[in-house]
Amino acid sequence: MLSRFQGYIDKNAEAAPLAVFRIFFGVMMFLSIVRFWSYGWIDKLYIQPRFFFSYYGFEFVKPLGSYTYLLFALCAMAALAVAAGYRYRLAIITFFLSFTYIELMDKTTYLNHYYFISLLSFLMIFLPAHRYFSLDVRLGYAKPVQYVPQWSLDSVKLLLGIVYFYAGLAKLNSDWLIHAMPLKIWLPSKFDIPFLGQWLQQEWAHYTFSWLGALYDLTIPFLLLYKRTRPWAFLAVVVFHVLTRVLFPIGMFPYIMIVSATIFFNAQWHHKMLSVLARLIRVNKAKCDNGLVMAPTKMQLAKIVLVPFFVLQLLIPFRHYLYPGELFWTEEGYRFSWRVMLMEKAGYASFKVVDKESGQRFYVNNADFLTPFQEKQMATQPDFILEYAHFLKQHFEAQGHKNLGVFVESYVALNGRRSRPYIDPKVDLTQQQESFKHKDWILPFEDEIKGL
Amino acid sequence: MVVRGVKKLWTLWVFMLMGAVACSDSDPSTEEPIDDFDRSEILVNWADNIIIPNYQDYVESLTDLKAAITTFGQTSSADLLADVREAWLEAYLDWQRVSMFEIGKAESVSLRNFTNIYPADIQKIDENINTGSYNLELPSTNDEQGFPALDYLLYGKADTDEGTVAILSTPAHKEYLQQLVERLHNLASEVLNHWTSGYRDTFVANNGSSATSSLNKLANDFMFYYEKSLRAGKVGIPAGVFSTSRLPEKVEARFSGKSKLLFLESLDAVQDFFNGTGSSNTGKSFAHYLDYLNTIKEGEDLSALINSQLNLARQKAEMLNSDFAAQIDDNNVSMLETYDELQKVVVLLKVDMFQALSIQVDFVDADGD
Repeated sequence: MLSRFQGYIDKNAEAAPLAVFRIFFGVMMFLSIVRFWSYGWIDKLYIQPRFFFSYYGFEFVKPLGSYTYLLFALCAMAALAVAAGYRYRLAIITFFLSFTYIELMDKTTYLNHYYFISLLSFLMIFLPAHRYFSLDVRLGYAKPVQYVPQWSLDSVKLLLGIVYFYAGLAKLNSDWLIHAMPLKIWLPSKFDIPFLGQWLQQEWAHYTFSWLGALYDLTIPFLLLYKRTRPWAFLAVVVFHVLTRVLFPIGMFPYIMIVSATIFFNAQWHHKMLSVLARLIRVNKAKCDNGLVMAPTKMQLAKIVLVPFFVLQLLIPFRHYLYPGELFWTEEGYRFSWRVMLMEKAGYASFKVVDKESGQRFYVNNADFLTPFQEKQMATQPDFILEYAHFLKQHFEAQGHKNLGVFVESYVALNGRRSRPYIDPKVDLTQQQESFKHKDWILPFEDEIKGL
Repeated sequence: MVVRGVKKLWTLWVFMLMGAVACSDSDPSTEEPIDDFDRSEILVNWADNIIIPNYQDYVESLTDLKAAITTFGQTSSADLLADVREAWLEAYLDWQRVSMFEIGKAESVSLRNFTNIYPADIQKIDENINTGSYNLELPSTNDEQGFPALDYLLYGKADTDEGTVAILSTPAHKEYLQQLVERLHNLASEVLNHWTSGYRDTFVANNGSSATSSLNKLANDFMFYYEKSLRAGKVGIPAGVFSTSRLPEKVEARFSGKSKLLFLESLDAVQDFFNGTGSSNTGKSFAHYLDYLNTIKEGEDLSALINSQLNLARQKAEMLNSDFAAQIDDNNVSMLETYDELQKVVVLLKVDMFQALSIQVDFVDADGD
């Protein structure tokens, strides 16, 4: 057993796929940032709001005012450097840190996609992606090798596989499979999509999309692994992601996933790809095809870091079992678990500020403090509600009020169920503290969603 | 050979995708939807049966108000003052039936802000009248014009009708009255003309599902109006819901004491719009759309729930004093009870209805999962 594992660790593979992946990744990230910037989202999401929601333990990470643009510029330049393989290690570390910092600035914008990018860029810090077809090689900063350890390629495939497979597991629940929710809400509203629009009104279409979606997520990593099924699997990847792009506002993610899937291809494809690129930019790729194998001693740190990294990745999505109550309702353990597109959740929260001495009270106009986007996210997530309540206390106490309590009257509707009270309106939220413990002031869901 | 072909195919795919990335984000075309429920019918009903007729009524009553003020300007008398007041109330009531449609021209000229911002700044109004120098087109003069300014001049200048006539018949006051009604009339006519000379077709043709489609946009305008103008403005703010003390001086039409009448008209307008009820007949609106979607989803009968909650709120309001300010001074509890019933409608509309229709509240331009 151990020897088999050692045998695997020592196995080598062509470096070209990793180089292609590095180029795709860098270019996609660069385009994503340019797109984000050009839409004015930096200003809208990170500069205009007067309050930002922090991740527990990362309260110190805040936008940097107008320097936030510099942060994005740094991140974009790092992405380009990654693509070019220029000072790769420094570039990918800079990218990982700046990108993750951006994501930590306000959890309002949390997306599984962004979390995926943070994880992937962290993983790439430890991969020898710059030892083939890179500026580092050309400039002599790194020695070119034609072969790298097989596991460095496989670790990327593993991360991709986890994302898909866990997203598939999360779909094995009664709302998704039995009730075709939330697609039953989302699809009919896309009535104006050419050709597809008319079918999206039909119940059978909602079920077909739900079941095929779950099946796709669960099987695609394996179908991509096997040579026989690979061409069809890749076709499915393209169709699936293009379809999601047409139906939902999910930005660059579909394209990122499609190009990422090319890492599963045979190395010949990557060689061809790089030859075309080499001709375009007039360089000679042959220098890298030197038959050299990367020295195994180089990768000790990676082994130490990546084994616990992947163990954590396999465990974190299941942490919701540590909490009582319905996961979709409480969202305790919902993030960082590849639960995508599972919920249509809408809420309304109105906050009552009470002077506990005089008994005077008034309601807060959320628009005074939050953007519509923040208010929308806040209203359905208990940790947001709690943090905002503490902010309100601080804000009004700074205005001279004393001894304030903050209460919330809130309603949430989940996957087409009728709205119902969400947070216990009798609980003074300023007396509650954020922690990893269960929040017992979330009112019960009074329904059951069966499944994982 | 087959294998080679497959590989070429892959390369082709990747290059096509690179192209797709470069020119993504194309707007879905606005082809006619072909499904069981034609959403265009809602837009047609809104435009032809509700919005345009309501604006026509509104402009007509402003024309009457203008005439009454002109007559009063020629020979001032208590009888003619009564005519002006009557015409003012008529126009004010008609205003409640168009206020929520802050879309198109109404949005670009900020119709609501120049028509009905209260409480009016009475010091500023008196100053304007005395100095004769003012520019009512400036946004800073929102609270020096419109119906609240007329409310002050027609009801708030003196305790008796004779006293009011005496004050209003001075040239400076006559001039200001005239300016106020002219401005109201010009703005309303501009909006109505825009609807009848092309915008109606633009509005109806924008029948897609994007965030900027007519349905999504007007749904948000409707929600905004209900929450901010009706629930908060007419009831919540004066009842002290958002402050540490009651603010009866912030009721609508505080000098004439017509707040309840105006509120009920506004509530009727909201419910009629929800149900698609216009001046002549009832056509399609949110209620029917919800019923249609419910045949797919088999959930709660939302349109019935919303209607019965609106009726409950109306029943509460009908028991209030005709002057909300008096009610707040007298017994604010029933005012707050009315607010609570109105608040429940917000939850039904903003959470349940918007979810069912899959409309984003205040469209957020960002990516999703």
